[in-house]
Amino acid sequence: MGRYLRPEQLDHALAALAEHPRIVLAGGTDFYPARPVPTPEAILDISALPGLSRIERRPQGWYIPCLATWSDVLRADLPPGLDALTQAARQVGGVQIQNAGTVMGNLCNASPAADGYPCALALDASVELASRAGRRMVKARDFMLAPRRTALRPDELAIGLHIPDPGGVSRFEKLGARAYLVISIAMVAVWLRLDGERIANARVAVGACGPRAILLEDLARSLVGQICAGAIVPPAHLACLTPIDDIRAPAAYRREAVGVLIRRAIHGLAPYASPGRILAA
Amino acid sequence: MTMRIDFTLNGQPLSIAVDPLRRLADVLRDDLRLTGTKIGCNAGDCGACTVLIDGAQLCACLVPASRAAGTHVTTVEGLSSGGALSDLQRAFLRHGAAQCGICTPGMLMAATDLLSRTSAPTETEVQNALGGVLCRCTGYRRIIDAVMDANARPNPASPASGHAVGAAIARVDGRAKVDGSERFGADALPDAPFLSLRVIRSPHAHARFTLGDMAPILAAHPGILRALTASDIPGRNLYGIYPTGKDQTVLAEGYVRYRGDPVLALIGDEATLAAFDGSGLPIQWEILPEVTFATAHEGPDLHEHAPGNILCQGRVATGDIDAALATAAAHARIVVRTGFVEHAYIEPEAGFARRVGHRIEITACTQTPYMDRDELALILGIAKEDVRVIPTAVGGGFGGKLDLFVQPLLCVAAWLTHRPVRHVATRGESMMATTKRHPSRITAEAACDDHGLLTAFRFHGDFDTGAYASWGPTVANRVPVHATGPYRVPAARCTTSAIHTNGPPSGAFRGFGVPQAAVAGEALMDALAEQTGLDPWTIRRRNALGVGSVTTTGQVLGEGAALGECLDAIRTGFEAMRAEATAHNATSTTHRRGAGIACMWYGIGNTSMSNPSEMVAGVTPDGRVTLLSGAVDIGQGSNTVMAQIAADAIGIPVAGLHLVTGHTDLTRDAGKTSASRQTFVSGNAARLAGEALRARILLHTNAIELTNDRLALDLSHLAPDANGFVLRGEGRYDPPTTPLDADGQGIPYASFAFAAQCALVEVDTELGVVRVLRLIAAHDVGRAINPDLVVGQIHGGIAQGLGLALMEDYIPGRTDNLHDYLIPTIGDVPPIEVILVERPDPLGPYGAKGVGEPALVATAPAILGAIHHATGARITHLPATPDRVLAALQHRILAALQHRVLAAIRA
Repeated sequence: MGRYLRPEQLDHALAALAEHPRIVLAGGTDFYPARPVPTPEAILDISALPGLSRIERRPQGWYIPCLATWSDVLRADLPPGLDALTQAARQVGGVQIQNAGTVMGNLCNASPAADGYPCALALDASVELASRAGRRMVKARDFMLAPRRTALRPDELAIGLHIPDPGGVSRFEKLGARAYLVISIAMVAVWLRLDGERIANARVAVGACGPRAILLEDLARSLVGQICAGAIVPPAHLACLTPIDDIRAPAAYRREAVGVLIRRAIHGLAPYASPGRILAA
Repeated sequence: MTMRIDFTLNGQPLSIAVDPLRRLADVLRDDLRLTGTKIGCNAGDCGACTVLIDGAQLCACLVPASRAAGTHVTTVEGLSSGGALSDLQRAFLRHGAAQCGICTPGMLMAATDLLSRTSAPTETEVQNALGGVLCRCTGYRRIIDAVMDANARPNPASPASGHAVGAAIARVDGRAKVDGSERFGADALPDAPFLSLRVIRSPHAHARFTLGDMAPILAAHPGILRALTASDIPGRNLYGIYPTGKDQTVLAEGYVRYRGDPVLALIGDEATLAAFDGSGLPIQWEILPEVTFATAHEGPDLHEHAPGNILCQGRVATGDIDAALATAAAHARIVVRTGFVEHAYIEPEAGFARRVGHRIEITACTQTPYMDRDELALILGIAKEDVRVIPTAVGGGFGGKLDLFVQPLLCVAAWLTHRPVRHVATRGESMMATTKRHPSRITAEAACDDHGLLTAFRFHGDFDTGAYASWGPTVANRVPVHATGPYRVPAARCTTSAIHTNGPPSGAFRGFGVPQAAVAGEALMDALAEQTGLDPWTIRRRNALGVGSVTTTGQVLGEGAALGECLDAIRTGFEAMRAEATAHNATSTTHRRGAGIACMWYGIGNTSMSNPSEMVAGVTPDGRVTLLSGAVDIGQGSNTVMAQIAADAIGIPVAGLHLVTGHTDLTRDAGKTSASRQTFVSGNAARLAGEALRARILLHTNAIELTNDRLALDLSHLAPDANGFVLRGEGRYDPPTTPLDADGQGIPYASFAFAAQCALVEVDTELGVVRVLRLIAAHDVGRAINPDLVVGQIHGGIAQGLGLALMEDYIPGRTDNLHDYLIPTIGDVPPIEVILVERPDPLGPYGAKGVGEPALVATAPAILGAIHHATGARITHLPATPDRVLAALQHRILAALQHRVLAAIRA
């Protein structure tokens, strides 16, 4: 078996993975920076697999297949419920990175600062994994186990991201120290279902404030029933975050900034909230 | 393994056999020799390698070769057709959007992608499309202008004879920078097969080591031919900037002083060396405690000649400072800290050396070919005439390419192996091991009378010069002269220490310590203004140095000093910024705006040291007029400036002047490209050479009669000299200075440049994020030889000043890449209004003086002043990152509360 494969059929790709573990190469934007010099690893280049780049509306929701890039997200006609993902796409690297990097690759790379995770969590997305043995779905929240480690088995390929019909509205806030090419100090994705001016349901996810992005479930519960434009974010609900001091910012700052980002994300959705109106799903 | 890949490259079908995982950037550059695509980081952080694949911009360093199959790939070489530049390329020339040119191909490709979709993009669309390409020279604004003006409009015609000086002509070397043909360090290749070199550097900041037997490594890696150690250095294993006190080893002798100190050099084939992971190297380390800026005084001493780790000290003292401080009406004090700043030029150091008989030839990017030549001769133990330095184009320097980096080991390797040897530094290696801006720890106080007139100024700055001296003495000597800022101060004591640590060597970086000092001095001016009830503009205007003012070194300023005019030029703009901030703050609680102002002065050329330049102009028998210029253009435009000056001095159109640049066998020593000296010093030499040639020509015309109102001079009977000239003129200029005495009294510089800048910022008071909204910069440039180039320098300096103020912080071992070390992107540099104040300097060529470093000095203090105006918080620890700004805001609020509580208790 050669060290490099670029199959043109999914069956072949899965067969190759069943044979022995391989590094899966999609957009290359994380692959190459991690390998300043060539390595002897076995590589499975999935870029020639057909039918895996078109973002689709499906009966149960939206499907973002594994070769869909951030630019594909920007070109797709997505509803307000997926705004967070669109906003994240616009802020990943520069256009070159958006043109090459895939949403799924961002999740599989499993960086604590991956912009895709807070979105996937807030949108309650699931990752579809395929292998010769069949397919299975894993919730995005269960997919990343630790930095650089996912639930993906060596024989599996993460084939696509399913976002259940989200309805509602969402927003992404990213904090960095410059305008472009930002690696986040912290980022936040908020999804809300609004009932008139009040919050009927919420999911709040935070990235770069711990080994992996997490959902703030207590906070989300506390938001239910609040008026969107005036919702408060009690610091107690941020206690589960475990940010670290690093070159980008001290932990204490991250903790504080995240509260502001969440509040701004929620209040930023207030224009969608109006008395007596439920935003159509 | 290789794969056959068919694709279309710049319109031509192509079929190549290649490793499918090879980076497309390497395929283009190394296999297909299309070197227009640049590699700045190999990690997708800089965008220099941006190409189009099926019309979409991608970083070629992140694209596997296999991905090109069946696509249309377009590189910068594909933008021009039939030798004609595209509208976009011509717009880049017209707008001065290319300075050094290293980012230009990436910028052009990203813009081509945009323009194919949107023919008339907005500024925001341009920023979004080009946001992934970093530029360190231009400050981006001219690039935005060019992309928004990419049309068929013809570029202006070249000026007529005698009208070159003052004309905003496109740079004379611009075409190669926009069509991809410019040769930078990594683009120049030896004619013959060559070896590569890989440096094994210390991973430890401070350690002793012993080297074991290298034979097993060589046996295990047939591609590694030889390992060089300290004992292989043929001449002296010691170099450094100053003639005395050379302290840096080419290869360490059992002892390393910083992360990055070279320990071994491996010579072999490129692939083997690149893949070699360093395992199995017989190096035994004994790690020693790290000497830091905080602990340097405790020792141990890193160099015998620097007890207490103090390399050297600088001092300027005048008047009775203690008496003046004791009686002052207002008094302010400040402590400022700044960190390492990386040059972050987009071109990592690169070059090759070859041995030619008993001579060595080094082709590499450098700011200082003649100093390189002399130093390399010592290292090889040969005569300096036997070293030939051929500078390539320089993809950004800013002081970082004044020190030798790839050159010593390349020369040693080529000398010993008799084969060409090449070394291209990786981004990580460049950031780890090259010089930085000095971190500083500054304590300063200033006092004034009731009218806000300064009475006293005391300053001490410790500067972390890192492991080796490099340009540390320059910083220590230059800062005390400039520390007061450009103001009249009757009593001053300004001292500095250059302190050794186990940090990377701090060297030359645009401003030599003056930008750090200005952060302290300008904050004091703001504080005194507040205390005396003056506004920040007025206190500066009242104290501004002008013609006839006496500086703290006792120098009487000549006709050129025009700070007052600079301040007058920005007054309305600054007041408008203040008004805008006040109006904005009346309605906004979380985002507060503020306007800040700062002044600067900067001595042109070396401090009290001879720094001559020589130029030669001549006419060849075929009537061609040539200027031999040893001044290295590192993107700032000295090639164009020298051509404009010489053309007018000779009396020919600039388009008719042939320029031969920086090449130690052909040109004369024009000194280094640093200290903002080329326009002033080398420009004078070019003027003198031109005038001498003109006089020579006119002398020959005395005996000729007019024919149809023309004089024709027959050159054929004149004997050509060694340069092939039948008529020649030489020029030499050394700025008149005097040595400084023990109190720093004397004439350190023949000319000073002045400037006043102001900035409007918006501070997000909940997150601490600062955005600069607008800048105005008035610069006293004497005479703008080329206004476009001068504006370009100011834009670029301001962008670096903005980085220094807000985001740049190099941490050894942790930020050796361009995503952890942040420099401003195209979205961070706001619109800049530049006002050129032209009062000719009597000593400058046609009145001109330098602008390279002056551009940067005032920006950070203006921004920090604006943050203070917006929020009341004074940031004293740079950079003003969001967390530091937020902490400063909260500290201020707490202090105010405490004050109120105490007041209530007392009441």
